[in-house]
Amino acid sequence: MSTPKPVKVSALCELCHGRKAVMKRPKNLQKLCKECFYHVFETEIHNTIVANSLFAPGDRVAIGASGGKDSTVLASILKTLNERYNYGVELVLLSIDEGIKGYRDDSLATVKRNQVQYDMPLEIVSYKDLYSWTMDEIVSCAGIRSSCTYCGVLRRQALDRGAAKLGINHVVTGHNADDMAETVLMNLLRGDVARLGKSCEISTQSEGSPFKRTKPFKYTYQKEIVLYAHYKKLDYFSTECTYAPEAFRGTARELLKALEAIRPSCIMDIIYSGEQFCVAPKPKRATPKYKNAKKIQNGDNDNEQEINGDGSVSLKKKLESATDGHRCEKCGYLTMNRICKACVLLAGLEASRPKVTIDNNVAVDGAAKLSKTLEQLSF
Amino acid sequence: MTISLKVEFLGGLDVISKKVREHKVKIPFEEGEATMKEAIEWICQNIIAEEKDIEVFIEDETVRPGILVLINDTDWELEDKEDYVLQNGDVLTFTSTLHGG
Ligand SMILES: [Zn+2]
Ligand SMILES: [Zn+2]
Repeated sequence: MSTPKPVKVSALCELCHGRKAVMKRPKNLQKLCKECFYHVFETEIHNTIVANSLFAPGDRVAIGASGGKDSTVLASILKTLNERYNYGVELVLLSIDEGIKGYRDDSLATVKRNQVQYDMPLEIVSYKDLYSWTMDEIVSCAGIRSSCTYCGVLRRQALDRGAAKLGINHVVTGHNADDMAETVLMNLLRGDVARLGKSCEISTQSEGSPFKRTKPFKYTYQKEIVLYAHYKKLDYFSTECTYAPEAFRGTARELLKALEAIRPSCIMDIIYSGEQFCVAPKPKRATPKYKNAKKIQNGDNDNEQEINGDGSVSLKKKLESATDGHRCEKCGYLTMNRICKACVLLAGLEASRPKVTIDNNVAVDGAAKLSKTLEQLSF
Repeated sequence: MTISLKVEFLGGLDVISKKVREHKVKIPFEEGEATMKEAIEWICQNIIAEEKDIEVFIEDETVRPGILVLINDTDWELEDKEDYVLQNGDVLTFTSTLHGG
């Protein structure tokens, strides 16, 4: 082994000017040493939390924990900051078991180790218990193409229901700046202007809903999250979901990565554009008549998808019955429609279930079990 | 003469090397005559298990955007990237930032 080269001045950290820089921030191209990077990274997230009043003393907060890098770093950082700045919040890990063999089993094992490492209580809610369906069963029934649609709708509700079980009304998720930019880009490419601004909000809460969702990593680059996890040797799980993202999202992600390689600030710039985007109030009959006619003609109801701020995909709203703060007639979940999206999806699945599960009788108790389970959940 | 290197595939990128995260290798170059560019080529030919996985790793003749490259734990953007001259004992770390949020 050769002796290490002496450190050139140009290789020094631009903050402390004493140690060797190890990374370059995509946000501003600043070169930092490990210690200064930790400090800047943690402080920026603290500033985001304070500036947006995400927490109040005494709050109980559930961290949506998947075992992946984002939520693992989130748990670690929130523990650090809560202790350093005396937020006075109680942190709980909340995991969803989608029922994906090989993928979720291993990631849940990671979350269980995190529970010990970060000394936080852990609650796991499963699709199987909530909906009587695992993702594997859904995919074998509905096909792999729409798996992300199903999973997005079901996960959103599952997090709320898990939080309700814990008596918590605030869920933080690990969505980072790259995820936000990706969502803005997708909404833009789909012409979904109504969702553009909304998808950038750091804190979301449906009208009348007791559940608040926040994203402390809104301005945090994926690259820095990965570097932080790497340098701090955090224990995270990194296998891609068996059911790969839908092609459109995958392509948008690639495009964003390619843009970032040329101009790293573009991630921030896209979020900024999304934030500044205001949709002018719509005069009645703003949509040209031919457009509506075309939609009806195409039977265009489930072809079009809406992308939420958390990256999940919603089904197109049913044309009839849109009321705020309405409760789903089947399960009681807060919805804009008569029946919530999850129940609509599940009803569709139940109809085709007997075909695929002749040899086990879960098909029979599927719908009944769902309503029974949901009755037991208090809001 | 050869250069001894440690090559790591992290963050889920080990899918391209039969789930082996750490590779101790000797590449057939004299110290001082090979750069990251040669190392990347050598990795494609000798470590990546299947031809189709090369495009998971490479795009436009360099490491694909979204894969973080560290040379001895330092961001390769601070080390001349492809032009970095390899030294004996260097640790090259490739981490996917895209896998499993
Ligand atoms: Zn420094
Ligand atoms: Zn419902």
